[in-house]
Amino acid sequence: MKTRPLEAARLVMLRDLRLAFRKPSQLLQPLMFFMIVATLFPLTLTPELSRLRDAAPGVLWVGALLSSLLALEFLFRDDAQDGTLEQFALSGQSLTWMLFAKTCVHWLLTGLPLALSAPVAAVGLGVPAQAMWSVVASLALGGFALSLIGAISAGLTLGARRGGVLLSLLTLPLAVPILVFGADATQRAITGGEIAPPMYLLGAIAVLGVTLAPLAAAAAVRIGLE
Amino acid sequence: MGTWTWFHRFGSPPWVYGFAARWAPWFGGAAVACMLIALYGGLVLAPPDYQQKDAFRIVYVHAPVATMSMAVYATMALAAAVGLIWRMKVAHAAAAASAPIGAWFTVATLATGMLWGKPMWGAYWVWDPRLTSELVLLFLYFGYMGLRAGIEDPQKADKASAMLAIVGAVNIPIIKYSVNWWNSLHQPATRLIGEADMVWSMVWPLLLMLAAFFLYFAWILLIRLRAELLRRERNASWIREVVA
Repeated sequence: MKTRPLEAARLVMLRDLRLAFRKPSQLLQPLMFFMIVATLFPLTLTPELSRLRDAAPGVLWVGALLSSLLALEFLFRDDAQDGTLEQFALSGQSLTWMLFAKTCVHWLLTGLPLALSAPVAAVGLGVPAQAMWSVVASLALGGFALSLIGAISAGLTLGARRGGVLLSLLTLPLAVPILVFGADATQRAITGGEIAPPMYLLGAIAVLGVTLAPLAAAAAVRIGLE
Repeated sequence: MGTWTWFHRFGSPPWVYGFAARWAPWFGGAAVACMLIALYGGLVLAPPDYQQKDAFRIVYVHAPVATMSMAVYATMALAAAVGLIWRMKVAHAAAAASAPIGAWFTVATLATGMLWGKPMWGAYWVWDPRLTSELVLLFLYFGYMGLRAGIEDPQKADKASAMLAIVGAVNIPIIKYSVNWWNSLHQPATRLIGEADMVWSMVWPLLLMLAAFFLYFAWILLIRLRAELLRRERNASWIREVVA
């Protein structure tokens, strides 16, 4: 029996959420990684908050990107290994919608918590309190775009032997626009500037990602499963 | 039907193998001839720039290889798309053969750009939008070659890397725009035609050099394509006839 695409997507989301909450340690790992990366910068650059403030957008965004890459490995790998993805592809349901659902869950469980916890790291980097909401908003939106782009590379590397490093090699060049606009939004938030222009551009990338990335990811996963 | 036979011929590895063998020397000869004439025109006949003096002459290598670094990516993405859509083995082989050439053009662009930057900007490297997008382009080539090398099944490698090439092609304009978000230090592209920014004796060696590099690319691509076809079709019967 064929259900509607949205219904299939909802079921996949519920399944992924349920599975994720049964392994809470895996959920915390990217967050802890992000915190550690953010701690390394004051130790290596300078403990002075006024100077850290200049580096804060870069530290937050590179940290977010690295921890998002770390989590990306688990996006499809387990499901590919135990045959779930194959069942998805054979089910007759829209693979595009199901992978979009998986990507959304991935963002809900990694990108969003990371954005919400970013103020903790940001305080340590001398980011002023009134900038926090903008920092959270830019990281949340940018993280969503990162998850969408990452889904394509995660699909493409399914058939590869050494997936991890390759996954980063494929994702990083594609993530350049997100980093540029995201870090710019955070920078403007810290200096008290207008954050709308880079946020609109981040939003445009996210919309383009929602439109095209699930299609590309589904095609990539089909190639990997052949 | 008749108009499509040439297209079908390009789908046949033995035919393409023979075609490449026949045409490669012609492209090679034409490339070397154009390059020598253009070098003479650029290094001897063209007058020195009023500002940059003789240092500007590196443009005769830098600008053509920079154009090629992007043109080869476009060729590669196009070949990959053709391979994916019409399931053409030869197109996938051509995409695979293009990638290392494009990566070398990108390296050459960065190297000549750095050599030019030192006397003009006072530093080998500045984080200018064009330099940065060229560097990102190099990483895109690395990713493409890395994905190809990482997947053992050749058909899977063909399709997955073709997808990546297309995704990269969609992304390149966005990457270019995003790095332009910074202020540019790079001199804006010089107009060749119209209100003359450059005199004709400076322009023709540049255009000829660009043609020379296109011919050079075609030459090397045909050679690499033959090697690629030999490797891929090593169990096919036509190889035995060709090699024997």
